[in-house]
Parts: sequence; structure tokens; C-alpha cells
Amino acid sequence: MLAVQQPTEVPSPLSVPSNAPEHCPGTESELAGKSAACAGCANQEICASNTPKGPDPALPFIRERMSTVKRKILVLSGKGGVGKSTFTAQLGWAFAADEDVQTGIMDVDICGPSIPTILGIASEQVHSSSSGWSPVYVQDNLGVMSVGFMLPSSRDAIMWRGPKKNGLISQFLKDVDWGTLDYLLVDTPPGTSDEHLSIVQYLKESGIDGAVVITTPQEVALQDVRREIDFCRKVGIRVLGVVENMAGFVCPGCKTESQIFKPSTGGAKKLAEDMGLELLGSVPLDPRIGKSADYGVSFLDEYPDSPATTAYLNIIDRIKEILGDA
Amino acid sequence: MASQETPVSRRLKLIKHVIIVCSGKGGVGKSSVSAQLALSLHASSPTARVGILDVDLTGPSIPRMLGLAGHGVHQSSEGWVPVYADGAEARLACMSVGFLLKKKDDSVVWRGPKKNAMIRQFLSDVRWGELDYLVIDTPPGTSDEHLSLLEHMALVHDRLSAVIVTTPQAVALMDAMKCLSFTRTVSLPVLGIIENMSGYVCPCCGEISNVFSTGGGEDMARRENVPFLGSLPVDTELVTLLDAAEGAEGKDEKNSAQPNESAERSFRLLARYQRTSSADLMKPIVDVIMGTLPLVESSAQQP
Repeated sequence: MLAVQQPTEVPSPLSVPSNAPEHCPGTESELAGKSAACAGCANQEICASNTPKGPDPALPFIRERMSTVKRKILVLSGKGGVGKSTFTAQLGWAFAADEDVQTGIMDVDICGPSIPTILGIASEQVHSSSSGWSPVYVQDNLGVMSVGFMLPSSRDAIMWRGPKKNGLISQFLKDVDWGTLDYLLVDTPPGTSDEHLSIVQYLKESGIDGAVVITTPQEVALQDVRREIDFCRKVGIRVLGVVENMAGFVCPGCKTESQIFKPSTGGAKKLAEDMGLELLGSVPLDPRIGKSADYGVSFLDEYPDSPATTAYLNIIDRIKEILGDA
Repeated sequence: MASQETPVSRRLKLIKHVIIVCSGKGGVGKSSVSAQLALSLHASSPTARVGILDVDLTGPSIPRMLGLAGHGVHQSSEGWVPVYADGAEARLACMSVGFLLKKKDDSVVWRGPKKNAMIRQFLSDVRWGELDYLVIDTPPGTSDEHLSLLEHMALVHDRLSAVIVTTPQAVALMDAMKCLSFTRTVSLPVLGIIENMSGYVCPCCGEISNVFSTGGGEDMARRENVPFLGSLPVDTELVTLLDAAEGAEGKDEKNSAQPNESAERSFRLLARYQRTSSADLMKPIVDVIMGTLPLVESSAQQP
């Protein structure tokens, strides 16, 4: 006889609890359990109770789920739009190029998930099974999880405050059936706030192998990246190195290289020196990188001759070397 | 209940228009557009009074862009004194968490509730005075900061409006769409969409390369029936200007108290900004914004 097991339900991020009254203020609201609409709701007591919570009950489950994941790498940057998601995707594709290497990508940018588009799987959905939510597979050995798969339409905005975002991140770690992985890459949103603190807190026990910090050459980006490195030091995450993106642009007309984002303060090289970190490499700005991301194809496979591909591959080799996996 | 006053509404009573600059995506140029908007509004009339509030708490860029890095905020009996970018003239007030940090590289590692409290203080405790425009620069996303802003300014909702900044790539447009959905959900009138980084002119041969593709912002505006304000190409001159704007670092912290020197420096920033090609492109955008603001707001008052 087959045992009937209860699948873990995939939540709809836009809804309030299914049994909530009509004007439910939302379980994360300050009025939860206290507003007029809450009178008579079955969950009122839970919402209204302010009892301090003990250690997160999810932690043991996360530890168990993560015990089959060999390496966990964060991709960070204080600044937005410097190419975190693009780099994460290339890194994922490069790892997965080896058929025997199992790779996972987890997108914790809840308000602006780009990973599904960049990997060309934007219209996929998450399925649930008895062993948890099944990631979306780009290829046999590259599984992806992102909030983008859970929205009815890509137009929908997720307007969540911190605690709700943290809840979803914990579920990504606890309820997703990652299986046995050689690498789990975590793509983060810009800044140093809830998402970053949560991922670090949840993975503390299982251990984070390191963080790759992405930047662009101009000072306005570098100052945010310095803050991100300061954050890594505060929470005790090893920084594997710094990647400089969008460095130099070769005009397709006259082949002259010019600096769109001028390294007025010495760029990533100076930053790495000042902070005592390794500069893993500089990737030139190639408009085809952005195009590939828009169309959801692998830049490394599409344009193997581009100088940017060489730069990417060198960086990825260096990361493997630092991790001792080369 | 609606007429109840809060410290925020009391403080914002003398502010005529609040423009929130947002975009779902990071690094598309919200801060530089905010800075340009503030500078252009400032230059629009010799008496225009403009404020710029940076609520990107974990990545404040405005102080550096306006050449105010290293300044501190002073307390007065009437609240925090904003840093004036134009010194003695005091027509361009600026406030950012960057002014509160002891060291500029310190990271601000805060969860939502703390960010919420900081934003409330920025709105209620800063002595903005009388302003024609308050430009608010936001972080990427649609989360704590955005919800807090709208929550705290609920009583002055009829004076709020938004400008959405995007770049032409599909990835950025998708996030901009989310941002637009957000403004609709919270019924925040949108003044229009600005497409940034639309093309790059090679300094060597003058050929225009669409580094991040082109036209996407305009298409989106048409599709969603939102005004399209204009495109701004990548302007390396502007990048350099906003990047290298001289800060007061290393100098005496009381620099802001020496109006002459500060005024002169900021005058230079404005003068240099007005020589960039972006300033010329920004002018019609600002004219449109100034023209539509009263219309948008009067329609917002009639529910």
C-alpha cells in the first residue's frame, strides 16, 4: 500500500491566510490580532500573542536539509545593478558544465527576482511533493529556486516587510528539496538588511564557504561595496574575493576601449588592496552580456570568443582554486 | 480621524510637493536622477526651495553625489538641521543616513523595524522648513522603506507623486513593472517613467552603442498608459562629476558652518552640472514634472 503523504504546500505570496476574515490586516502587520476585523478570527490569539520566540524552530530542519550540500557560496554587493544575478547565473552554468557536479541557485532577492529571467525559466512554476518543493531545473544538474516562480504574473509586486521575507528565506532552505548538491549559490538583493542577516543566521550552523563580492568601477558603487565587506567582517563571512564588472567598454564601431564607469578612485583594484582582499578579475562591459540575460541564454556558451567570457572563466577557475576544488 | 495631526504631517505642512523617485531594480540611476532632479528644480527659479531625502539606509549615495560626504548633522531646538548643498543660500536641503555615520565605510546592518523608525525620524525630526519640492530617493525594491514612507506620509498623501526610473533591459523593466504595480496598489500617482542609460556615445568615434539596449522604457510607458518623461543616455561626464564631487572629508567638521566656502563649492557643482549634456536633457523632463504636479495632485484630492 502506498502511504498517502501530505505535500508541503507552496504558498501564494500575495494572500493572507486562507481562513482569514475579509479585512485581515495581514499576519505581519502591527495590528495583527488587534484590529476590529480580527474579532472572531480563529488565528487571533496567535497573531495577538507577543510572547518572545525561542530559537527559530526552523534551524534543525535547515541543518538537516543543508547537510547534503557541500559548498555554499553567497554572491553579494552593496550596490544594485552591478551584475550579481548575471554573475550568479554564469557561475551556475559554469559549474553545471561538468555533468557530475550538482549545482543549485537560490534567489533571495524577494522584491526583484531576476534569476528566472536570466536563466530563461521565467514561466516555470514550483511543484510540491512529499519531500518538499521541487526546484525548477534548467538542466539535469542545475536546480533553481526563486520567488519569481510563485507569482501569478511577473507584473505583481511583492510588498513585504522584513519578517515575511525572512520567513520565505527560511522556507527556501528548509522546504526545498535540494537533494545532494556540490554547490549552492545564493544570489542576494543589494544592501545589508533583512535578507542578508537572515541567510547568514540560517546558514551559520551549516557553514558558509565564502562570499564573492561584485562591484563596478565607479566610486558611488565602491562605497557601497566597502560597506558590504564591512558587513561580511562583522558577521564573520569569509570573502573569497572581489569581481569588477562593467570595466571598460569596447566600441563596436572603432574598437577603442573607453571607460563608461570611470574608476575615479582606483576602481576595484584599489578597493581590494585597501581591504586586503583578492581581486578575482575584471569583466569588460559587453552589451551582449545584458542581451543574453534578457533572452535567458548562457553568455559563456553563446559567445565563447568574447574577452568577457575569458574573464568570467578565469574568475570561476580562481574561485574553484580558492575553495580547493580545482 | 483624518484630521488628526501627526509629528510628520506637522513637519511636512510647509512642503508643497513630495516626489518619490523609485525603481524596482538597483543601480539604474535612482540616486543620480534624484540628484539631477533636485539640482534642476533648484535652478528652475531663483527662489525655488528644494529638499532631498535619501532613504536608502544601507547604501546612501546622495551625500557623495552632492559633494557633501563627511558632513555631519547638527541639532537645533527645532530639530535636526539638514545639510545645505548650496551653503548660505539654503535652498537645497539634504538629509541622508550617510551624514549620521561616524566612518563613511561603516555598514548599516538594520532589519525592517529599525529602518522604519529612522525614516519616521527623517520625516518628523528634520527641520525642512518651507520647501517647494521634496525629492525622496529610495532603495531598490518594494519593501520596508517604501511601505514606511507611505505609511508615515498618509496624511499628506494628496501631495505625493512618484517618478519611476528604469534602464532599457528586460530584466530592469520587469522590476520597474513591479514598482508600477506597487504604486497602483498604494494609489500613488505616477508622474512618469524616465529611461536611464539609454545608449552610450563612444568618445572616440561618436558612434552610439546601446549598451543596455534601448526604447524599453518608452514601450512600457505606452503599454501601461503612463507618461514617458524622456531618455537619458550614459553621460560619462556626469558619472565623473557625481562620483568625484569633492567632499568635506579631512577638513574641519564644522565646515558647513563656514558658509562662504561651502557655497562656493556647491556653486561649482551646480555650474559644472549645468554644463553637462544631461542637464539639457533633464530640463524638459523637469518642466513636464513641474507642469503635471498640480494636475496630478488636484485629481488625487478627489477620490
